[in-house]
Amino acid sequence: MPFNILVLSCLAYVIFLFLVAWAAERRADRGRLGWLQSPLIYTLSLSIYCTAWTFYGAVGYAARSGLEFLTIYLGPTIVFIGWWWILRKLVRIGRQQRVTSIADLISSRFGKSNLLGVIVTIIAVVAATPYIALQLQSVTLSFSVFASPTDDGFSPPGTEATAIWVAGGLALFTILFGTRNLDAKEQHHGIVTAIAVEAVVKLVALIAVGIFVVWVMADGPADMIARIDASDIADWNLQPGRWAGLLFAAGAAVICLPRMFQVMVVENADERHLATASWAFPLYLFAMSLFIVPIAVMGLERLPSNANPDMFVLTLPLAEGQGTLAMLAFLGGFSSATSMVIVESIALATMVSNHIVMPVWLRLRPSRAVSGDVRRLVLLSRRISIGVVLGLGYAYYRLSGGSTALAAIGLIAFVGVAQFLPAMVFGIFWRGATRIGAALGMTVGFLVWAYTLFLPSFGPDAVIPAMVFAEGPFGIGWLRPRALFGVATMDPLLHALFWSMTLNTVAFLTGSLLTFPGPVERMQGAAFVRVFDTTSDSPRGWERGLAEPEDLLVMSQRIMGDEDALTFFETEAKGQGKAGYLPDPTPDFMARLERRLAGSVGAATAHAMMSQLAGRATVTVEDLMAVASESAQIMEYSARLESQQEELTRTARALREANEKLMQLSIQKDAFLSQISHELRTPMTSIRAFSEILTEGDLPPEMVANYGRIIQDEAKRLTRLLDDLLDLSVLENGTVQLNLGLSNLSQMIDRALASASHTKPERSFTIDRDLPMENIFIRTDADRLVQVFINLISNARKYCDAQYPELRISVRQKGGRVTIDFIDNGSGIPKESQALIFEKFARLTDQTRAGGAGLGLAICREVMANLGGTITYLPGQGGAAFRVAVPLRLERKAA
Amino acid sequence: MTARVLLIEDEPNISEAIRFILSRDGCDVTTLADGHAAVAAVRAEKPDLVILDLMLPGLSGLEILNQLRADPATETLPVMMLTAKGQGRDREAAERAGANHFMTKPFSNDDMRAAVRSLTKG
Repeated sequence: MPFNILVLSCLAYVIFLFLVAWAAERRADRGRLGWLQSPLIYTLSLSIYCTAWTFYGAVGYAARSGLEFLTIYLGPTIVFIGWWWILRKLVRIGRQQRVTSIADLISSRFGKSNLLGVIVTIIAVVAATPYIALQLQSVTLSFSVFASPTDDGFSPPGTEATAIWVAGGLALFTILFGTRNLDAKEQHHGIVTAIAVEAVVKLVALIAVGIFVVWVMADGPADMIARIDASDIADWNLQPGRWAGLLFAAGAAVICLPRMFQVMVVENADERHLATASWAFPLYLFAMSLFIVPIAVMGLERLPSNANPDMFVLTLPLAEGQGTLAMLAFLGGFSSATSMVIVESIALATMVSNHIVMPVWLRLRPSRAVSGDVRRLVLLSRRISIGVVLGLGYAYYRLSGGSTALAAIGLIAFVGVAQFLPAMVFGIFWRGATRIGAALGMTVGFLVWAYTLFLPSFGPDAVIPAMVFAEGPFGIGWLRPRALFGVATMDPLLHALFWSMTLNTVAFLTGSLLTFPGPVERMQGAAFVRVFDTTSDSPRGWERGLAEPEDLLVMSQRIMGDEDALTFFETEAKGQGKAGYLPDPTPDFMARLERRLAGSVGAATAHAMMSQLAGRATVTVEDLMAVASESAQIMEYSARLESQQEELTRTARALREANEKLMQLSIQKDAFLSQISHELRTPMTSIRAFSEILTEGDLPPEMVANYGRIIQDEAKRLTRLLDDLLDLSVLENGTVQLNLGLSNLSQMIDRALASASHTKPERSFTIDRDLPMENIFIRTDADRLVQVFINLISNARKYCDAQYPELRISVRQKGGRVTIDFIDNGSGIPKESQALIFEKFARLTDQTRAGGAGLGLAICREVMANLGGTITYLPGQGGAAFRVAVPLRLERKAA
Repeated sequence: MTARVLLIEDEPNISEAIRFILSRDGCDVTTLADGHAAVAAVRAEKPDLVILDLMLPGLSGLEILNQLRADPATETLPVMMLTAKGQGRDREAAERAGANHFMTKPFSNDDMRAAVRSLTKG
């Protein structure tokens, strides 16, 4: 097949995947998740377990080693059917703790230790790099098999060129859909949907080739079975030790591979999907393995003896002249490779960015306070990490020369990631497991794996000198990489698996038994081990009142984005029975906020950020002593008591606040009457005094004019005050007549600015507007809304105390609501006064006699209530900041 | 001998009205709009009568009165309180603090003149 057509088909397929991912993202954005979150999609996404290695390599494996390839499918099957309660526990923990990766899970379990996060990340990257290289290799190999040189002398570009194009294209796809946003939980609907489609393509392709082999090349199943019996593959050459080892490695890998953890735990939308997957995924694996043996047998029979068995799936249809079928097989292999690389690089990039880049940045940045846009930094570091991960894969591919048999590399990776297993499984079942144990176990396991399996895989003299293989390092015989402690008779893979897992587990248990878990570790341990125990509360890591809510809000805005953070804080405050955006920093709230932040930046980083604001950098000695002296039961009992007591305290506080509010209302009413009296009598005094002076006569004409004007001014002031009072009373009673109509927001702001500017023209004032966003039509009472704008703009002009006063008006439209923020650069309104400003006559300082009677914001509040909107003060924005929210289309109330 | 009156009132128009009325009646009127400076001004000016508004920016009229009464030099100085609030409570508080006269805004010019005359007579 001409090379160009092949490239075009690949491009077309990739564009199709782009469209699928894009459409899924669009659906998810509009909140219509529907089938995007079905158990079927979940199960299909799990199929990234079947990489190019299983697609092409299984046939090669069968051709070389007979039925042993089945272990690769049986391992996961056993886990999904027999151990799905482990998976369910992992998924439940993942959802409850908002785990973002396997590194995050282990770090989070052992007291949010970033050391563990780093260890897991390093092991995962080292083990996955050859695996990614393997995918690149299989794609380039299939390219070169397929694209034979054409007659006109054109030959396809070198395999290096193909590999780099494939790596670059995958990086682009992954960055586009994998780092689109920094979601609270790292879920990628677009990518998961695209992977599900690829899962179908690879299954259909393999089955199509299988059917062709059995029913077209052979004469149906009976003939096929006869051919299989005749071949070597059927020799049931069972080596129990090796089988058991391979089953174990494959079973461990399906839990521990970063990409499997990503789709199984992180992308999981509903725990019940796992129940479906527990039978559907083994079924998928069964279907994938069904035709492996026939294809292998037929390949050995028909193809020349020097043909690469890893490519039989492709070369058999090609040899039979079945171009279309070969094309389908090619796309199946392409799908297997791309889906694996995409998810693996997302998973690794999340780990690298959350456990290496972010902590380093947190430590290096100059000031203690959280500054700068962390969101952008996280996304950038993810994008760069994806590039680096794929770059490493490509580099490994170039260096290794792409010659090793596919299966060997896959199994090496399996054993590598299996090193996470003891820390993970003990971590979720045994509360005595400690951070030191986990770190020791994984480090020892990793080193043994690298020494006995990974480094030797480069061949003698590549990394480890041949002499070391034969006589051991420095002539120490029992340290030979292939015969550790003198065990020389074992198969190298099994040897490595046995020693790495044994030493890993021993180191882990020894470390755990010899050390004592810290307080955070104990709490996390309890939360993980008892994740199904609904009566025990979430771990209490935070004490009351250590952090300022406003600081927390400022930090959260930088990580979660302004809108999300404000919404979250508002909901939390409402849950505590408070209005506004600043909830009390109760332990519950702090824990929820930490989990929420952990969804974006990982548990350890979130914990570190919160700790800094709560004023404790690490866990104190007192914490440690307190926990050490109490048994776990006492701790949980007191936690329950504490939660009950907290409930009582909250009720008492709500009552107290209600009582205070009533008292205040009564005082306010008196004060209001007294204020009205004062505000009315003041202009009256001038009017009366001057009119008496005028009637007494005997005045020069210019004084008559002057005093006449004072009378006029004061009469106007009186009228204005009465108008305001009347307005307020009408608005408060809800008897106001609204003139609804469509008006352009930009023009309304223009009107407000024009009329606010001639009230106090004394200062130059910079107004910063966002004209394109303002260009929307709102159905509302324009005059009333403009009245509110005028009030806010005049207030900024009067009270903004910056040297170069500035007012920023920003508009945002979301759903059926429009929010207009007015933020100036002055010193803002002190926290203790923020709750008062919307009350009548609440002019904050009497120093500034700015003309009004202090009814402006009270009127604004009532106007907005009548317009179906709100006006709120936004704390933590630098200057005074007001947010006006109106419905885009206000409908007339049914009277 | 002309009576010297110190008028402490923050509303400029009211201040102007009282100044005009009392000046025509033969008083020498000094005006002040700020509460903080009031006590020092009384000490410096040594007026015959202080007219004090109850609601002032800075220091309230009542606090100023308390300070004046606490100082032996101004203990017996005649003080007239002005208020726009017009509540009984304010009048009682002012009398308890030692105000010699209490006048509610708005007032008639005749009442103002009569009160000032009677307070500056001695």
